[in-house]
Amino acid sequence: MDFSQQLLSKIATSDKHGENSPYFDGWKAYERNPFHPTKNPQGVIQMGLAENQLSFDLIEEWILSNPEASICTPEGVHQFRNVANFQDYHGLQEFRNGIANWMSKVRGGRVRFDPDRILMSGGATGANELIMFCLADPGDAFMIPTPFYPAFVRDLCWRTGVQLIPVHCHSSNNFKITREALEEAYKKAKEDNINVKGLIITNPSNPLGTTLDKDTLKSLVSFINEKNIHFVCDEIYAATVFSSSPSYVSVAEVIQEMEHCNRDLIHVIYSLSKDMGFPGFRVGIVYSFNDEVVSCGRKMSSFGLISSQTQHMLASMLSDEKFVTKFLSENSRRLEERHDKFMKGLEEVNITRFPSNAGIFCWMNLKSLLKEPTFEAELKLWRVIINEVKLNVSPGSSFDCSEPGWFRVCFANMDDETMDIALNRIRAFVGKETKKPVGLKRWQPNLRLSFSSRRFDESVMSPHSPIASPLVQAT
Amino acid sequence: MRLLSTKATCNSHGQDSSYFLGWQEYEKNPYDEIHNPKGIIQMGLAENQLSFDLLESWLAKNPDVAGFKRDGKSIFRELALFQDYHGLPSFKKALVDFMAEIRGNKVTFDPDHIVLTAGATSANETLMFCLADQGEAFLLPTPYYPGFDRDLKWRTGAEIVPIQCTSSNNFQITETALKQAYEEARKRNLRVKGVLVTNPSNPLGTTMSRSELNLLVDFIKEKTDMHLISDEIYSGTVFSSPGFVSVMEILKERNDTDGIGNRVHVVYSLSKDLGLPGFRVGAIYSENDTVVAAATKMSSFGLVSSQTQYLLSAMLGDKKFTRNYIVENQKRLKRRQRMMVSGLQKAGISCLESNAGLFCWVDMRHLLHSNTFEAEMELWKKIVYQVGLNISPGSSCHCTEPGWFRVCFANMSEETLTLAMKRLKNFVVESTCTQRSALFNGTSKRKSLTKWVFRLSSRDHREQEER
Repeated sequence: MDFSQQLLSKIATSDKHGENSPYFDGWKAYERNPFHPTKNPQGVIQMGLAENQLSFDLIEEWILSNPEASICTPEGVHQFRNVANFQDYHGLQEFRNGIANWMSKVRGGRVRFDPDRILMSGGATGANELIMFCLADPGDAFMIPTPFYPAFVRDLCWRTGVQLIPVHCHSSNNFKITREALEEAYKKAKEDNINVKGLIITNPSNPLGTTLDKDTLKSLVSFINEKNIHFVCDEIYAATVFSSSPSYVSVAEVIQEMEHCNRDLIHVIYSLSKDMGFPGFRVGIVYSFNDEVVSCGRKMSSFGLISSQTQHMLASMLSDEKFVTKFLSENSRRLEERHDKFMKGLEEVNITRFPSNAGIFCWMNLKSLLKEPTFEAELKLWRVIINEVKLNVSPGSSFDCSEPGWFRVCFANMDDETMDIALNRIRAFVGKETKKPVGLKRWQPNLRLSFSSRRFDESVMSPHSPIASPLVQAT
Repeated sequence: MRLLSTKATCNSHGQDSSYFLGWQEYEKNPYDEIHNPKGIIQMGLAENQLSFDLLESWLAKNPDVAGFKRDGKSIFRELALFQDYHGLPSFKKALVDFMAEIRGNKVTFDPDHIVLTAGATSANETLMFCLADQGEAFLLPTPYYPGFDRDLKWRTGAEIVPIQCTSSNNFQITETALKQAYEEARKRNLRVKGVLVTNPSNPLGTTMSRSELNLLVDFIKEKTDMHLISDEIYSGTVFSSPGFVSVMEILKERNDTDGIGNRVHVVYSLSKDLGLPGFRVGAIYSENDTVVAAATKMSSFGLVSSQTQYLLSAMLGDKKFTRNYIVENQKRLKRRQRMMVSGLQKAGISCLESNAGLFCWVDMRHLLHSNTFEAEMELWKKIVYQVGLNISPGSSCHCTEPGWFRVCFANMSEETLTLAMKRLKNFVVESTCTQRSALFNGTSKRKSLTKWVFRLSSRDHREQEER
């Protein structure tokens, strides 16, 4: 062990990748015993994986109708050699145009994106790490509101040496990011001699599934502007905002109304993994309003360029106005429909959740099912849910939530039948639990069940892939 | 407070070097047979464009792959969702089989020990993150690929200490040079974590000899915390004897009685052998489980697109295709290299005898007006701006002797190569005449060069001299 630590780097032998946490039990349980409707109906249902599987048919239809978008088909192969040879880190112009167009449409056309500011990276994972390398030195810190996506610890800190300063948010005021909380966290960091380089948020939020209102977003921009620190907005869930919700407001839109904001501080992280359901294609984007960051980030993107085959395919898909319009509206509609169905199922057993208007998961409150209001009790409940109820969900503590009892559960990564089965299991479990004489005080009408840790849906263990994916079994 | 990170504002990315400046000049004025026949011919880019037709014809025969289908069934959904950093098993199997085939099946590779990365660029950086802490060093024989300065040092904070190789023995690594490099590192208080070599070599275009490989293995054997990284990205481009000997073969021959198998790592990519740099397919191979585990997690930052993995799993899984491709590709490279060598000879220019790669290591020392890197830069600028060829000066590859240039031959048509050789010959003839008349007229050689534009910044100029 010691020898190994001498032989390899500290980074390689540390735990900072975050993958040795106890939360892997959920994933292991799923991998050992994955649900299958016919082959393994008693298996664990995966609700810890924030994937959007609802709109593939729309994409498949487009692909079949546009064979020239592939460099492998007879219609497209004449472009094979040029595309296969293209490794320019600027990226294919048409691809960048397509991404800029898509990102703009996702924001209702209220913002225009400059294709020359679009940088590629290995998924949002690569994008988040890249922006940290550009903005912060080892030892520097970024503030981050809780609860947050668990794998940020790996993505933002592991190889960069950056540290995270959590800004705790509470259910008592709907997990709002308050100016007071930010000021307090900032002040404390200064007192501890920590160099704060910026604030990073995910909007729409993972795990809350909510979008920030314009005023809050403006107040965050004012805050970072005042302190002259960076603002990184991970907008990876931007197109998952439900149809009936008020429109999504991006930081890119807000700064258009804030003339005095220093744009050199504003950076957007994006990806197609959630909005389009393409995590396998590794399409990560860094969009910065800072010219130096664009220039340096572009060189760094060499370490995680997007396959030109993928760039080429997406270039035409994302520039197809008709397709983009149809996809965006249908995708939001389906997500909302699935969300509503799931919520209804939970409400039938008086389980409630944090009201959300976006995302592919729910943030649920199972406080009343905890034996006591502690994180130990939360973990205990979580193990029961995995092992007895056979659902892989994500406990709030893995998101650094300040209060025990919250769980994230994903609903867009399965078909309707599986969802019904999951709901039945939940109903049965809660019914059983609520009949118990101890441990339950009174009904809390806004109970939330939230079962997923995005940490685990990342490539960390990709539970759907190694065992359950036919791509693995076929070999 | 500085707004950006140190990494963002330094120039360790190495992209201010002449290697990249030449590219910029090419991009401003690229040669085109019809539209810009006087433009700059790109000979600074080690691409393999000779065998695309073989890939295209395979695609034509395999329509299922194009349509995201397997056995007639659509697998689009599964591919779109597949983000497992362990990689597509069928692709890894096909890749290791391909790697074994390139090595004449003298060694085999275990698919569970392969880590997929976004190109060799990412593979090399990832290995550095795994093996070296900030400030620790790797020894690299010169001349070496200019991109290593970025890939190995920039974000990792690692250092490179050169193992100086010279033309006196065809730039082979000697025990003396190795020891000197190690001492140099110690003098600089740098802890050496290992040696990294490119085999076949870039920019030399030669395969490493068995004795060199054994020398390196012996070297790391003695020092228990040192690694050997062998970047074998050009392994499939070996077109004549002596054949390619991989470090893995050496380990096998030695039965790894030294137990150093867990300190030897191979880097590979499909960018050169298959000519697919756009697809970003790189790999790390290691018998060291801890390295594989750590590198696998790190590969999250640069996975290979599942769509690409799938396409290549089918292509490389077609053994009939790969057997034919390897042979035919090597034949074409050999022919092309011969063309260049003979073209250079006609211009009175020789090059290092090579048996691999996509380039020649060309000796233009006799064209320098003085044995200095300054003179090399002057010559380089003339070749870029006057002759219209973007080639890579040896100084950008950290060569210790001025006058050597890397010239690529596999990224253009035969006609373009012929034209490039013609331009070079004309230039040499003219230069010789100019020099003769200058001498005859008693004019200083330097004066005749003052009219050339010097584009390098003064900082870069200093860097050239420091090499």
